[in-house]
This record gives sequence, C-alpha cells and structure tokens, in this order.
Amino acid sequence: MKSLEELKAIREKMQGQVGLRKEDETTTRVVVGMATCGIASGARPVLNAFVEGVAAKGLNDKVVVTQTGCIGLCQYEPIVEIMEPGKEKVTYIKMTPEKAVEVIDKHLVRGQIVAEYTFK
Amino acid sequence: MMTELSLNVLDVAENSVKAKATLIEISVCSDTVKDLMTIVIKDNGCGMDEEQLKRVCDPFYTTRTTRKVGLGVSFFKLAAESAGGEFEITSEKGVGTTVTATFVISSIDRMPLGDMTSTMHSLITLNTDTDFVYRYRVDEREFVLDTRELREILEGVPFNVPDVSDYIREYLSENKKETDGDIIL
Ligand SMILES: Nc1ncnc2c1ncn2[C@@H]1O[C@H](COP(=O)(O)OP(=O)(O)OP(=O)(O)O)[C@@H](O)[C@H]1O
Ligand SMILES: [Mg+2]
Repeated sequence: MKSLEELKAIREKMQGQVGLRKEDETTTRVVVGMATCGIASGARPVLNAFVEGVAAKGLNDKVVVTQTGCIGLCQYEPIVEIMEPGKEKVTYIKMTPEKAVEVIDKHLVRGQIVAEYTFK
Repeated sequence: MMTELSLNVLDVAENSVKAKATLIEISVCSDTVKDLMTIVIKDNGCGMDEEQLKRVCDPFYTTRTTRKVGLGVSFFKLAAESAGGEFEITSEKGVGTTVTATFVISSIDRMPLGDMTSTMHSLITLNTDTDFVYRYRVDEREFVLDTRELREILEGVPFNVPDVSDYIREYLSENKKETDGDIIL
C-alpha cells in the first residue's frame, strides 16, 4: 500500500523547485473534449496519452492539458484543440492515443501541425 | 453507449463538476454474495429543481447549447436497468445531487466496470480545485482516497504536476489490487 510519507517526500522535492509555475499567457493549452460524446468515443485514453507524453517530453513547464465539454462536433470526437499563444487554434479530430503521440512529437515539440488529423 | 461502466462514472461525475461541486463522492461497492454492484456519485453542486430532475433521464433534455440532447444520465440509467439493476437520481436546488445505480454482477448484459483507476485519476488531475472522496469496496475489503487529505499534505503543490499525478495513479491502482485481488469486475 502506498504511504502518505511518500507524498510528503514529493512535496518537499516539488517545493524546492522553481518549476511550479502557474499557467500564464505563454502557456500552450491542450484541450480534450470530455462530454458524453467525447468520452464514449475514446477521449479518456487520448487524454492519458497527452498527460503522459507531455510529462515524458519534459513539456510541463509550457504545456497544460485540460478538458472542455461538447463543442458541437460530436461525430468528430475525440477532439483535441491546441491553443498556442499568438497562434490560431488547431483542432484535431478523431484522435487516438497513437495519433496523440505523433501530435506531441510533431506539433508540441517541433512546432509542425499534423495537417492530416485536423478539422477542415 | 459506453463500453465500460467506469466511463459512465467519468461522464456523470463531469456533470457534478459542471454543477460547480466542491466535493464529489464516488463509491463503487461490490457484494459478490448478493451478486450486486452499487455505484453512487454524490455532489454538493447547484442541484436541480423538480422540473429539471423529472426531465434529466430524458435524452432530449439538456441545458447545454451545443446540441439538443443530453446523453450522460440516460446512458447510465440504461446500463443499470439492462443489467437487472436499478437507477435513482435525487437532487435539491442549492444542496446537490446524488446518482445511485445498481447492477446484477452476473448479468450477461452488464458492462464490465473497466478502468476505474483511469476515471478517478482523470477526474482528480483535471479538476484540481474539486475535492473527491473515492471509495472502492469488494465484500469486506475496501480502500478510500480522500483528496482533502492529500491536499493537506501537499501544502499547495497541485495534483497535476507529474510526480503527484503519478503518485495518485499508483495509489489508486495498488490499492485496487489489494482490495479486489485483481479480479475482473
Ligand atoms: N449533478 C448534476 N447537478 C446539476 N445538474 C445536473 C447534474 N447532472 C445533470 N444535470 C442537468 O441535467 C442535464 C442533462 O445531463 P446529461 O449528462 O444527461 O446531459 P449533458 O451533460 O447536458 O450532456 P452530455 O450528453 O454531454 O452529458 C444537464 O445539462 C444539467 O443541466
Ligand atoms: Mg453530462
């Protein structure tokens, strides 16, 4: 069973870091649709893939993964919107965990939009 | 429809988040002798008046504006009723809402519970200002995760930083294993 002592150690480590920055106007937002339509079509594993991938690539300082409700394009769910400061919003549709890995690599790390997965 | 009950739980709990609940209590209790699984999602959000409550199980009722049907509650109700169980939703304006669904465990029409660890992990790390009390019980064994306790220890370190997020996921999955011995429910 995991102990709460372990959590204390994590707190001490985190408090010693400057990396605990709050979201601000330079933060990139990855927004996953988590209404019924999104969840039913597989949004939860897509969300997981983004959370894990963003952490694995060390992007937590500049990227937050959040959720939204139904944006009215239910037939294209799971939908993920990427909002980078000063850029136009990019909407990825019919996402899967595999596509998420690719989007993290190309879009979030290298700044290249993966056009074939976007909504046009 | 959903493919597993844990997705219904995620969806119905999202209604509680939308209703501005500050505390959401979720319990999944299985009694293998009575052959019954009971899932309760209770929130202290805005609640509904009688009129809204009457209509909430109707898929054509929603206060959303992006589409004309609300599906979350009706899906969950259908899942319970087709698995020989019952469904109840009670609510009071300004006090909160409680959704209770039961399932006959052995019913062939019962969806598997699925990945409750992912559901709770998503809810907690996506809604870092909301508190959750999660109770998972199988017969005499149970464990409880109360984010208010974690919050106290963390002294302001948020739930969604990677180390804490990983800790929460491990806490959920290890305790689940100890509670149900990894049987598939
Ligand atoms: N816990 C709750 N507290 C307050 N209001 C609720 C709650 N649950 C449901 N409602 C009300 O009932 C309506 C229907 O809920 P339901 O989950 O079925 O559909 P929805 O959330 O509108 O859309 P979706 O299909 O994405 O779930 C909601 O729009 C909301 O107004
Ligand atoms: Mg809903």
